[in-house]
Amino acid sequence: MQLFVFICAGLMILVGAVGVITRSHPVHAALSLILTLFGVAVMYIAQDAQFLAAVQVIVYAGAIVVLFLFVIMLLGVDKMEDLRIEPFKLQRKVAALVGGGVIGLIVFAAISSRDNIGLAKPAQSDAVTAVGTVAHDSNVRSIARDLFSDHVLAFELTSVLLVIAVVGTVLLARRAPKPTTETSA
Amino acid sequence: MIAASPTSTWYLVLAAVLFGIGTVGVLVRRNPLIMLMCVELMLNAVNLSFVALSKKLGDIGGQTTVFFVMVVAAAEVVVGLGIIVAILRRRPNATADDLAELKG
Repeated sequence: MQLFVFICAGLMILVGAVGVITRSHPVHAALSLILTLFGVAVMYIAQDAQFLAAVQVIVYAGAIVVLFLFVIMLLGVDKMEDLRIEPFKLQRKVAALVGGGVIGLIVFAAISSRDNIGLAKPAQSDAVTAVGTVAHDSNVRSIARDLFSDHVLAFELTSVLLVIAVVGTVLLARRAPKPTTETSA
Repeated sequence: MIAASPTSTWYLVLAAVLFGIGTVGVLVRRNPLIMLMCVELMLNAVNLSFVALSKKLGDIGGQTTVFFVMVVAAAEVVVGLGIIVAILRRRPNATADDLAELKG
């Protein structure tokens, strides 16, 4: 059963990812991105990360892709891009080489280190996040305990980051006013 | 447990393939919107491997990190799309090749 879920979600992820980089229409690419994001959410559920699966669907598929679609529609850039022309010689080949190299390196690292992944564990298992915590508490509860105890400063800093992002975006997206008050520095 | 139930290495390999596809997309595509989508693909690949290792090690810290990555990714998309809107409003149909200079 787990194997079945893995294969189905993996196919969703890979088909969606290939769709993102091969569809010439931006809307189709955004829809393929949704397929990939849902596949990743299924993977999260299969690995007992229910909170992250919910956040993945709400934030990524719900908010970010809608934002992409809004920009596509508002700007009217939903034109086909001719993918047959290759602006730079060898660009595709070099990109395929780089991508294949990246995949090969990571797969090699993952497979060659698969037996000693957990070996460094006992040195750092004295934290509150031991196996028992994960097993006993629900997923949301253990994430909350970790987030609001060990990473509470980082959590507060994300609010600063979000405020900066919102202010910066408003500043960027606003049409520049007529430069009457502009001082030449 | 079925004998062939997927281990964390399978998830890591899948995440590697997803990351590679995203890399190729960023390198090949010229529409800045699609390049941003490919960056999202790469971030999701990293998140997937974080969750796989979190499950493998029994450490919830990986999932907390994924949470932060999602927050930063949302902020990144907002700012990136703001920049793209600002650029495309000034010169429609700009591709990544046309954006070699910062000045509008």
